[in-house]
This record gives sequence, structure tokens and C-alpha cells, in this order.
Amino acid sequence: MENDLNLKATELRLGLPGSDEPERQMIPRPNKRTLSDIVSEGSRSTTEEDHQDTAPPAKLQIVGWPPVRSYRKNCLQGKKDEVEGGTGMYVKVSVDGAPYLRKIDLKVYRSYPQLLLALENMFKLTIGAYSEREGYNGSDYAPTYEDRDGDWMLVGDVPWEMFISSCKRLRIMKGSEARGLGCV
Amino acid sequence: MNYFPDEVLEHVFDFITSHKDRNSVSLVCKSWYKIERYSRQRVFIGNCYSISPERLIARFPGLKSLTLKGKPHFADFNLVPHDWGGFVYPWIEALAKSRIGLEELRLKRMVVSDESLELLSKSFVNFKSLVLVSCEGFTTDGLAAIAANCRFLRELDLQENEVDDHRGHWLSCFPESCTSLISLNFACLRGEVNLGALERLVSRSPNLKSLRLNRAVPLDTLQKLLMRAPQLVDLGIGSYVHDPFSEAYNKLKIAIQRCKSIRSLSGFLEVAPHCMSAIYPICGNLTFLNLSYAPGLHGNKLMKLIQHCRKLQRLWILDCIGDKGLGVVALTCKELQELRVFPSDPFEAGNAAVTEEGLVLVSAGCPKLNSLLYFCQQMTNAALITVAKNCPNFIRFRLCILDPIKPDPVTNQPLDEGFGAIVQSCKGLKRLSLSGLLTDQVFLYIGMYAEQLEMLSIAFAADSDKGMLYVLNGCKKLRKLEIRDCPFGDAALLEDVGKYETMRSLWMSSCEVTLGGCKAVAEKMPSLNVEIIDESEQMEFNLDDKQKVDKMYLYRTLVGHRKDAPEYVWIL
Repeated sequence: MENDLNLKATELRLGLPGSDEPERQMIPRPNKRTLSDIVSEGSRSTTEEDHQDTAPPAKLQIVGWPPVRSYRKNCLQGKKDEVEGGTGMYVKVSVDGAPYLRKIDLKVYRSYPQLLLALENMFKLTIGAYSEREGYNGSDYAPTYEDRDGDWMLVGDVPWEMFISSCKRLRIMKGSEARGLGCV
Repeated sequence: MNYFPDEVLEHVFDFITSHKDRNSVSLVCKSWYKIERYSRQRVFIGNCYSISPERLIARFPGLKSLTLKGKPHFADFNLVPHDWGGFVYPWIEALAKSRIGLEELRLKRMVVSDESLELLSKSFVNFKSLVLVSCEGFTTDGLAAIAANCRFLRELDLQENEVDDHRGHWLSCFPESCTSLISLNFACLRGEVNLGALERLVSRSPNLKSLRLNRAVPLDTLQKLLMRAPQLVDLGIGSYVHDPFSEAYNKLKIAIQRCKSIRSLSGFLEVAPHCMSAIYPICGNLTFLNLSYAPGLHGNKLMKLIQHCRKLQRLWILDCIGDKGLGVVALTCKELQELRVFPSDPFEAGNAAVTEEGLVLVSAGCPKLNSLLYFCQQMTNAALITVAKNCPNFIRFRLCILDPIKPDPVTNQPLDEGFGAIVQSCKGLKRLSLSGLLTDQVFLYIGMYAEQLEMLSIAFAADSDKGMLYVLNGCKKLRKLEIRDCPFGDAALLEDVGKYETMRSLWMSSCEVTLGGCKAVAEKMPSLNVEIIDESEQMEFNLDDKQKVDKMYLYRTLVGHRKDAPEYVWIL
């Protein structure tokens, strides 16, 4: 190689470096390689170019594999998002008027009463009892949460499991704003 | 037999119900053919492009029940483009124009539009049963038409379909006069349903035996439904999330205990694992349990549940059950015939929680096992040999190692010997799916021993054409062969083209077959449709016969080239 550019070394190819597979396909067909090619290629770049976002070496990402119906894949993807976070589910908690936020692990609690008690203890306030009709009416504070859609919801309306899977952060509202919620 | 009047023969034929047997009967002589065709009520068409609706109607004027399958099996795994075909509309249109009194329609992997459902609902006065499996193309509007117009509907069974849910009131479209429902399955719908309408519908359906709910049906509605339908035999629970100290939960416990007929349980699409004890009273009677959509249920809670299910014959589960959990199955479920273990994480290869150990345990504990679908982390030859010895009765054996070319991790050998043991031991094997590192040798075994094999699925296997040739030469009863990413080329494809006429279909993708090879098959066998599926449009620009074909699907047909193929499908 007299040429400093060393074009052969930088050539974009489908084979392992050093192999002389002729360029016959115009379209890249990843399935044509053996899987070990795919795996080993993942662990080192075959060209000087930077291949971003290639699959990490240990994981194989092949079209149609594993052979699972797309319906099932779609269902479990949704659940994956829910069940994730096995090591704790920390969410921010803000209280109107407080100088800084706190964080709590929702996974620690098994029910709404437990959670509300913990919040009351943490912030030294009284939230009171939940009723479906009136929310937390009668109390100075109302616990609310931001759900996956970005909406602010009253804590307590949905089943517990549904709540912890959709809660992104908590906000304890205070005063007239809080009381206003009960009238909705 | 020539001396019997037609009515007698017809009466005799009434006892012959299997499609295969009736097909055989029709081949005996002209007279039998005639009697058989007029008396035939149920027809099964495994490939909707093998025959036309017109010919079906002409031959079987007494048709009442039709089963149709559309897309090839690998369409389930996104290997077939969306609009490849399999449209049901022309069938319904033709049947509607005829005098056929259709009562039952069962479709698999077909494209079903709302227009077809509407036409179906309005064209057949006695229509009773609609079963859609893995179909797409319709919305809840189509379901509303079925509900509203099919006055004697008995069965609406939707399994794993992609439905565009308009959150309309399709359930409310069942008129008050509709009291004939026996089976209602809408578990695959993602949207809200009118709970009041559902409760009223169940209340006025005294014959309801099978009810599978979707995620949007909460626990307290479930409890009300069970109170109204204690005669249920098959139940699919939607949402199973509640506070174990609530009134709703107590009511549910009572309701479940009244349901003494439940033999089949599924769903738990949303589940609170610490509330499963309410289910225990009915577990002892269950013969079918499907928890494959409940990843929230695992560990001890799952094992405790299974320990109550001593009569299980079929179990569908996720791999989070683990080898240990499968050990519990082996100890508890002595009547087990079918086991399916699905991956709980189908996106990341290499994370399955079951290995060969779990399978060996089940094979040792469940001698009646005859049907298996098993997604696992790894497999060994020793394990497969043991399984083959323990369970010689396999009819279906589908193994999927998540890393598709993984060898035996203990010996580092291919899995040829293991699968060889399976086909040699299981003389009744009809369906086989292979995975793991495999050479031509396993195909030699398959060709030699798998005499009853009807369907074979191969991926990332073999070394040469010999593999495919062993199979084509050896498996006399082969009907469906589907192959991906194997080094099989024209030599194998062209060795015995007559064989394909004895089969329903052959799929080959990412193999070594060329355009020229496919053309040769098409030329020699006019009774086959040879389809080249090429979305990249390479075929347009490069008509070189030496070009490798990415996807080829060929099937026998009596009606020549289909007219509804999209642009990227070439029929040679």
C-alpha cells in the first residue's frame, strides 16, 4: 500500500476484515452472514467509520427472532415498561411552599393508606381520608401525581398497582387549590 | 357398497368428520364423490390461494362452515410484508352472492376489513360463529356490525388479533333479543368497553360457557359477571388488580367459588400477585391454564398457584417460572400433555430464565407430555436424549434457543444428536422446530426417522444442500417446510420439484437460492405459484438469474396466479 489513504482498510464491507468476499449484493443483507460474523462484528468495527448504535456484542438483534408473534411482543413490551424498576421506584415529591423536594420509593408501600401515612410523617402535615366523591375535601392538603400522559391526577382514584405503574412524580397541593379539587 | 341407495351412504358419511377422511372418501369413485360433496358441511382450506371461492361454492353447495388460512406462518414474525395478501373480502363477497347458508367462519392470518365483517353480518341469516386468529385490518366498527346484525350469534372468538380499537360501543350493539351467546372472547382488544352493556349481555346469555375479557374489565365487574354466569367453563380474566382487604375482593372470592364448572383459565393481563388465593378453589379442576400474558406473576406466588392445579393437561407459561418452577410443574401436573414456555422478554436474546434442566424435569414427571413449545437459554444433547427417552409420545416438538446457533454448552457440540434422539424415539412426531447449532447430520436423522412429520421449521442451520435433500427425500408426509438463513441453494431446490405438489407450501428466506433456480421450478411445475417477495426493488433493476432471492414462497394451487399480489411480489 503505497497510498497513505489505505483505502482497502477503510472499505465498508460485509465480511470479516481480511476475507475477500466479492461485492455481489447491492443491498446489505445481514442475514447472509453467519451469526458469529454478526456477533464478532458487533464487538469490533470493520471499518474506520464510527458505527453508532450497533447492537452490543452479547445481544443478537435479528429480524424475526426469537420467533414470537408481534401481538405477544407488543403486549409484553407494554408490561415491560410497567414491571421495570425492580430495584426501587423513586419518585420526586414536592409540597407547595416547601423549599426543596424529597424522594420516596413507591415500591416500599403496599397500599394508599401506607403511602399517605409516610407522606404525612415526612412533611409533618395532615392529608386526611380519601373518598371517591370528595377526594380529600376537608383537608388542607391534597396528594396529586403526574401520570404517564403528563396529566395531574388525584392520588387514590385508581387501583394501587395501576397507580404505582403510572406515577411519575408526586405533588402535595395546599390550600384553596387543594380544596378546589374536591369539587371537580 | 354399490347397492346402497345414496341416502344410506350419506348417513354413513355423516360419521366421517375429519377433513382428511372425507377427502379420501371423495376419491373412491364418482358416486361417492358426488354424495360426499353434497353432504359436506365443513371445509378446511389451509392456503386461501390454493383454490378460488367460486370453485369451493360449486363443489360444496351445502357448505356451512369454512376455515381459511392466509399468510405463511413466518408472517407471524414480521418476515412477510404487511400487505402481502390473504384478504377475506373476495371470499365473503362470493359466498354472499351464492346460496350458501354460511354459519361458521374461522380465519387465521388473514386480512379482514370492516367492510368484510359488515357484509358477512348482513348476508347470512343463520350465521353463528366467527373465529379470528392472528388477523388484522379490522376495527371495533366491524365488530359492532357483527353484534348488531347476526341475530343468532353463538360464538365471537378473537385471538391475538391486531384490532384498531375505536373505543366505540360495539358491545352495546348486541340487541336485547340476542340471548344465544355461548362463547365471547375479546381479550385482545385494547380499549375500554361498556361495562354495563357487558353485564347485561352476560345476564341474558344463559348458554354462555366461554368468556374471555380484556384488560379494561376491572375486578368488580368480573365479580358481577361471575355471579351472573356461574356455569362458565372457560374464563379469561382481564384485570386482576385490587386491594386484598377490600369488599370487592371478598365478593370475588364468593363469586369464584360458585363457578364449579371452570376448566380453563387465562388472561390475568394485569395482575396483583398477592391476591391469587381467591383463585385456588377452582384450580383443582383446571385442565388448561394460560398465564403467558402475566409477567407480574412469578416466583413463589406462581408456584403456589400451580401446586393447586393437579389436573392440568395444558399449561402456557412465561419463562420467569424458571427451572425450579418447572420442577413444581413436574411434581404436580401428572396429567400434563401440552407445555408452552414463552419468553418474558422477547426483545433481548439471551435472557431466558429456563434451561435444559427445566425441560428434563418436566419430561421425567409428566409422561403424557406430547406437545411442546419451549423458549430457553440453552439446551444440551444429553438433555434432549433424556427427554426423548422419557416422552416418546411427542406429536409437536418446538424448541427455540434464544441464541439460534448456540451449541451444547457442556460439550460445545452441535445439537444433532439430541434432535436425532427426539425424531428416532417419537415415532408419531408431526411437527418439529429446530434451533441451536445444527449441521447436515440432524437432517439425515430427520429424513431417516421422522416418518410422520408434516411440518418442519428450520433457522440458521445446516452446512450444505445435503441437509435440505435429506428432508425432501426422507419425509414422505411433509406438508409444510419453512426455512430461513440456511445455506440451501438451487441444487437442493431443484432436486425433486414434483415433491412440492405433494406439499402445501415451501418458504425459503435468506438462503442461497437464485432467481434462476426459482424460475426453473415455476417452469417445470405450472401447478405451483412461485412467489418472490422483494421489497427492496432489487429485482426490478437487476434481472440477473444468478441474483440471490431474499424471500421465496411457493405453494400448490388449482387456480394459477393470484390477482391481488402487491407490487413487490413477483409470481414467476
